[in-house]
Amino acid sequence: MKVTVVGGGPAGLYFSLLLKKTQPDHDVAIYERNPEGATYGWGVVFSDRTLTSFREADYKTYTQITDNFIIWDSIDVCYRDEVLRCGGQVFSGISRKTLLGLLHARCDELGVTIEHQREMGPDDVEGDLVVAADGVHSVLREANAEHFKPRFVSGSSRYIWFGTERTFDSFTFAFRANDDGFFQAHAYPFDGQMSTFIVECDDASWRAAGLDAATEAESIAYCEALFAPELRGHALRSNNSKWIRFETLKNSSWHNDNMVLIGDSAHTAHFSIGSGTKLAMEDAISLANALETKGTVEAALTEYQLDRKPRVERFQEAARQSQTYFENTRLYQHMEPLQFAFHLLSRSGRIDYDDLRLRDRGFVGAVDRWFTASASSAASSSSAPAPAIAAPPSFAPLSIGGKTIPNRIAVTARHDLESAAATGAGLVFTDLVAVSEHARVSFDTPALLSTEIGQRWLGSSDVRSDETAGVTTVVTLGHSGARGATRPRDRMADVPLPPEETWGLLAASPIPYTSHSQVPFEMDRRYMDDVTEDFVTAATHAREAGWDMLELHMGHGYLLGSFISPLTNRRADDYGGAIEARLRYPLEVLDAVRSVWAGPLGVALNVSDWAPGGTTLREAVTTARSFTEHGCHFIRVLAGQTTAKHRPHYDEYFLTHYADRIRNEVGIVTIATGDITTVDHANTILAGGRADICLLRSLA
Amino acid sequence: MPGTEFGFLVDWARKADAGPFSSVGVVDRVVYECHDPMVTLAAAAEATSRIGLVTMVVIGPLRDNAELARDAAAIDASSEGRLTLGLAVGARTEDYAAKGISPRGRGDRLTEQLLDLRLAWEAEGLEGPSLLVGGSSDVSFLRMARYADGYVHGGGPPRTFVRAASTAHTAWSELSRTGSPRLWAQGYFALGDPATVEKGRAYMRDYYAFTGPFAEKIAEGMLASPQAVAQFVRGYAEAGCHELVLFPAVADLAQIDLLAAALAEV
Repeated sequence: MKVTVVGGGPAGLYFSLLLKKTQPDHDVAIYERNPEGATYGWGVVFSDRTLTSFREADYKTYTQITDNFIIWDSIDVCYRDEVLRCGGQVFSGISRKTLLGLLHARCDELGVTIEHQREMGPDDVEGDLVVAADGVHSVLREANAEHFKPRFVSGSSRYIWFGTERTFDSFTFAFRANDDGFFQAHAYPFDGQMSTFIVECDDASWRAAGLDAATEAESIAYCEALFAPELRGHALRSNNSKWIRFETLKNSSWHNDNMVLIGDSAHTAHFSIGSGTKLAMEDAISLANALETKGTVEAALTEYQLDRKPRVERFQEAARQSQTYFENTRLYQHMEPLQFAFHLLSRSGRIDYDDLRLRDRGFVGAVDRWFTASASSAASSSSAPAPAIAAPPSFAPLSIGGKTIPNRIAVTARHDLESAAATGAGLVFTDLVAVSEHARVSFDTPALLSTEIGQRWLGSSDVRSDETAGVTTVVTLGHSGARGATRPRDRMADVPLPPEETWGLLAASPIPYTSHSQVPFEMDRRYMDDVTEDFVTAATHAREAGWDMLELHMGHGYLLGSFISPLTNRRADDYGGAIEARLRYPLEVLDAVRSVWAGPLGVALNVSDWAPGGTTLREAVTTARSFTEHGCHFIRVLAGQTTAKHRPHYDEYFLTHYADRIRNEVGIVTIATGDITTVDHANTILAGGRADICLLRSLA
Repeated sequence: MPGTEFGFLVDWARKADAGPFSSVGVVDRVVYECHDPMVTLAAAAEATSRIGLVTMVVIGPLRDNAELARDAAAIDASSEGRLTLGLAVGARTEDYAAKGISPRGRGDRLTEQLLDLRLAWEAEGLEGPSLLVGGSSDVSFLRMARYADGYVHGGGPPRTFVRAASTAHTAWSELSRTGSPRLWAQGYFALGDPATVEKGRAYMRDYYAFTGPFAEKIAEGMLASPQAVAQFVRGYAEAGCHELVLFPAVADLAQIDLLAAALAEV
């Protein structure tokens, strides 16, 4: 078999040597456009898992690689002139040049032909198999773009690669704030002498610093001055360095006829969670294995894509989370160092609280003690000494609007408060409680029509009497709006009541919730006053009955939420249009309730409608800020359901990143919801400052 | 299964009814030799007295809503409420092509169908069978949570079910549905000597040929020993599965006895 490999980077070299080793009869030739020894980039990092796969694939290169390794086991976070170290990580670094050299030598040894300075276009390649290992801007792929369907997505931050003689002894993330903005460096060792040093910042910081117009020398000077403490007087070395934006590449298909993509030509993933070289060499192993075990090239290429594409896509998703974090680091400048570091280490969703505890008990113990001490000081408004030992963040107290809750876990009482209280959660929410009969979702929706009803709910449990349980109760008041007059949600949701049992619906605009739903009446001033009055009356009942906290439901397509979302508010009057106008009525209700409710008050808010044209995160931040200015103490983060045809995203942390943005941009107590079911999950969210409370999904 | 006589299916249901099983299930395909699931269950309803009858699944958008409502109601009535109707959009566009029905918008059509079925039964004063929805997209879970009673998982090792079950609970809880979703899952088995097992695998490869290279993987996942059955059943039970349907990959009534024996060990 004749195999043509285009591109002599790690993917092309490693694949060729692996194939030639098991199939010596194959004619394997590599064509590389650059001269021998010319290389870009500094160091390459591998995790221990990647190394295990190298050992299985080719022991000789594995030992050569590991002989040239720099190994380290910790991550340093330099922030506010503190260095926080988290150990237990296993990384190895090697210079890219050394790696290429030894892969090249092994190819020679096994009889792979390598031709340098040989450009190969789509019309030049021939053979039974053509391997496009020609990098992210693959010429071979682009010539067949209609088949591979490559898609590039640009990141929003700017970054530049440097090298430095300062030898870092760990993976180091350094953060620096100045008048221009906020900057970070990703630094790691790769041989005994040099380290890679990548500087990254958001677009605004980059422009403010004048780096958009800077020469290479000016960029180097700026970065050297900025990171002088971390560089310890060492210079930054350029290697044709330019400020660029990271481009994530995905391809719909990885092979076409006898051509296959490997390495950067197939995919890229943000450098902050691992190198492209790691993925490239894993691709090489998979492709060589498939060719060895499958009878035909076609079957092998299919097997290769089946094996690698899903793995790489998961890796790309984690990389996207990590990239988003680094694009928004300026939002987290207010965090104390331990929280800042924890947030950074758990950014990609792949490493949680328990993982970090296994890696470095000391680090996580320090996070726990800091968290508990700062929570206790905030709760008692005096500075508490750091405890010698502390429980995980879920068990730290929190003060909301003058009321202290004993822990950070909340649940929703689906049946009665008593069983919810027995869970040990610090905060117990009701489901939606209607402010009037017509505000109900269905016949079985509780409505707070009198103080006695409220007292009965509270009194039906021993929540009040059992002080040791320390349960704090939250009543969620709302009006169903366009989702009213539906059947009980025992068999279906959002199915209208039969005509003889229904009642008229109110909403911001006359838009039915589903195609079967009743068209709601667009609220005029009179109805708005009536509904405000209902909220005030219900809040008064809640106060008299003895509820601890009150929450207004402004999400999920219910009445107040229908004013906020552009999808459900089409009004032409003062209550529709721009976000400020759409917020006017919800804020009127909030203010009116505030006048009769002095205790802790919150809002359940949609931060995304999960539908085209719906609420954006940017708008949600504005909204949360307005509520905060109007005396709201907490935001519970919701998404979807504004329209029946929303496209949900139920992944594990599906609402956490929204909560993170609301909490860290607005600075309000934020409650995360979603698929949170374990205390580990909650600790990860809380320790990283992504939310202040976790509402557990009900465990059926 | 190609070559299987209709009478055999009825015998299979009858034998399952007498054994330690809670349900008997059928599948639905157009471009593959198999008996119609509704007709099969209609016969099974008459031949059995106790066992639950379930479609895993009927490709909803390929059927007329009114006819499906009528057929399901008839089976449910003749079985005295033993029917559970599992619906999904199906994975094979050839099935749509064969029926001359466009696969476009099939998800929305399935969503509407669920409601139409319920309203049709209600109009007749019937409670109607339980409805299950399958599919792995997030929208499938939303559809399930809004209009159905539970979720039917497409297959795979227990760990794939764990994630799906969690998503089903989340979607359910997000819509503030009362109670919790019924969770159904499935697997394939062929027990006995190596020749029987290989016969089962050959059937799996053939049935799933439309998935291309996945067929081999699915065939490898077939439960081929009592130990594999036990491990699979335990795994699904621990993950919160309420009903697990094990489909035979070999058409032989002896498979029922072999499966019963394997389950006795669990």
